[in-house]
Amino acid sequence: MGTEVVVEGLTKSFGKQNVWQDVSLTLPAGEVSVMLGPSGTGKTVFLKSIIGLLKPERGRVLIDGVDMVNSPERDIYETRKLFGLMFQDGALFGSMSLFDNIAFPLREHTRKKESEIRRIVMERMEMVGLVGAEGKLPGEISGGMRKRAGLARALVLDPQIILCDEPDSGLDPVRTAYLSQLLIDLNAQIDATMLIVTHNLDIAATVPDNMGMLFRRNLVTFGPREVLLTSDEPVVAQFLSGRREGPIGMSEEKDAATLAREQRTPAPYAPRTLAPQLEPSPGLPSRAAVPRRRERVLALLPGLPEPARAAILRSYAPAGPPAGTVGGPVGGPVGGPVNGAVGGAAS
Amino acid sequence: MTADHPGPPRPAPPATPAPGSGGEPFARGAAGDHVRGPAAPPGRGNPHPYETHPYETHPHETHPARPAANRTAPGHAPPPTEPVAHSAPGAYRPPARALAPLRETGRLFALAATVARDMFRRPFQFREFVEQFWFVASVTILPAALVSIPFGAVIALQVGSLTQQLGAQSFTGGASVLAVIQQASPLIVALLIAGAGGSAICADLGSRKIREELDAMEVMGVSPVQRLVVPRVLATMLVAVLLNGMVSVVGTLGGYFFNVIMQDGTPGAYLASFSALAQLPDLWISEIKALIFGFLAGIVAAHRGLNPRGGPKGVGDAVNQSVVITFLLLFFVNMVLTALYLQLVPAKGA
Ligand SMILES: Nc1ncnc2c1ncn2[C@@H]1O[C@H](COP(=O)(O)OP(=O)(O)O)[C@@H](O)[C@H]1O
Ligand SMILES: [Mg+2]
Repeated sequence: MGTEVVVEGLTKSFGKQNVWQDVSLTLPAGEVSVMLGPSGTGKTVFLKSIIGLLKPERGRVLIDGVDMVNSPERDIYETRKLFGLMFQDGALFGSMSLFDNIAFPLREHTRKKESEIRRIVMERMEMVGLVGAEGKLPGEISGGMRKRAGLARALVLDPQIILCDEPDSGLDPVRTAYLSQLLIDLNAQIDATMLIVTHNLDIAATVPDNMGMLFRRNLVTFGPREVLLTSDEPVVAQFLSGRREGPIGMSEEKDAATLAREQRTPAPYAPRTLAPQLEPSPGLPSRAAVPRRRERVLALLPGLPEPARAAILRSYAPAGPPAGTVGGPVGGPVGGPVNGAVGGAAS
Repeated sequence: MTADHPGPPRPAPPATPAPGSGGEPFARGAAGDHVRGPAAPPGRGNPHPYETHPYETHPHETHPARPAANRTAPGHAPPPTEPVAHSAPGAYRPPARALAPLRETGRLFALAATVARDMFRRPFQFREFVEQFWFVASVTILPAALVSIPFGAVIALQVGSLTQQLGAQSFTGGASVLAVIQQASPLIVALLIAGAGGSAICADLGSRKIREELDAMEVMGVSPVQRLVVPRVLATMLVAVLLNGMVSVVGTLGGYFFNVIMQDGTPGAYLASFSALAQLPDLWISEIKALIFGFLAGIVAAHRGLNPRGGPKGVGDAVNQSVVITFLLLFFVNMVLTALYLQLVPAKGA
């Protein structure tokens, strides 16, 4: 099962420039979470801070008791083996073929025989649709292929925590849809905790169990997907509808005058419909995170805003009574996977 | 416009477990500040005139600014250019500019210590080491040989003419050979390794860094220092030692040739003075210097390559800096080593 990631009071600045401050959230074990945010809000910085590549000046990131910010390097290196990180640009080794790139973690950290390595690598390459390109150098393939190769490399050690930095950028809509499905299938197969950073609305609407949004140097919110998807917070609503009217401007934030002008003529947002979450492909096991999330979210229910509560209850309606009795597959269109693993709330 | 900004959805207070219990997937703190934070003080104006964003006066930002305000006299608005005003709350302040060179020096030493430690860590990257050794050797051997002949000649001629003035021609051989072996040879080797090998190492590491290859390596739990830097530094050290031997021999031969042919020195006197003045430790210090210089060249190149500033242009700058810094360091360290050697090892016949 995946590993829980607890982020507490994280603050990161580059020199005088504060990227975000006091970010606290918990990625529940085995669930898929999405972090939204306009470009330049520090999503990549956030991922790199979780994995310990960047050192925030305050706060903690706890994984299995190791603080990825302040623990000794040795512990951090050990803990990183639990991770698979897909970089925004793939970050493949330019001097190695795709095959060697994807085989790299296996050769470094396992004593597998070359034939075994070959089998695993080819399996992962098939998963991301790269069969036939194994001999190419990263410089010889398209950006989308590099990203998929980066994903394959991140998956090769069966990580417990998968971080994806904008998996969709550089991919066409069809490939993005396949990728969304791939991410859900992956979660069903290895039950890893996943955090996907993106500004793709399709992924945001159909993939995650939980969703958060970074804006204006703060975490706007983080919680079950229904909370964000039904939120009437202007930033969230604007982002999810992809419109110009709202607090988000071209250079991240609008000036007061523009905003005031817009507020005099408030344009109502079209009501958003909650798209059902993707299910694993037929033939795959159902996601183990689903019943856990269900338990967890139902326990959280009283504290949630009304629209979110209604949406959650609707999505869980067919399954009947709350927590504890979750035996069968969660019915209905929304596999709102729920997770009890996180914490006291569920027990 | 900011005060009535609706708060983000929040769980009701009873549902919030104690911080750290992990039972609460919702944002804490960030969202909470919105309510707890004071409204922006009226009339205070934008405390960050260098920032164009009006949201700077948003409660989210004024909250962290409070500790900064506390540091100034009470009742005083923070000066408009308060540099820490929108950095994180609490004690964190960006380090002072003036300390930057010290910090860089510290990092260089830290890298040197890490490399020294990781040299003994398994698995040793033998293949990378051989490749790098071969590469550094191939780009330095020919220039080193070509430079060392005229250099040996120049020293021989200069020392020869000086000894003639002093009336000590018979010592020309020993004196020029000592100068070549102890000073010229290690420096030539180090300059070539820094200029040809070090710059390539720096550019290679720098471009890997900006392509995020090094980050990717760290994420996969592989240390770039152990994997890439150690083999390179060892390669520059080994090449330096071997090349130093070659340059010493070639330089000495060049000196001999010019002294005997052009200054009418006698071969016998040349060799005799050599054995009268030179001793084995002279050779040792030469090799030790070469070893240390090779280490320095490798470390400085790696350090600059691992920390390029911003984009591809940063890599070019880093290469440039690495060569200059290495040169400066070399001459300084050479001075220290020479002074130490002359103090500690009694000269022959003194
Ligand atoms: N290494 C760095 N040094 C200085 N500033 C950085 C660095 N990395 C990112 N930033 C800054 O942090 C902000 C967030 O960047 P990033 O995380 O890449 O945004 P995004 O949400 O688009 O991924 C940007 O303003 C960027 O300029
Ligand atoms: Mg990014």
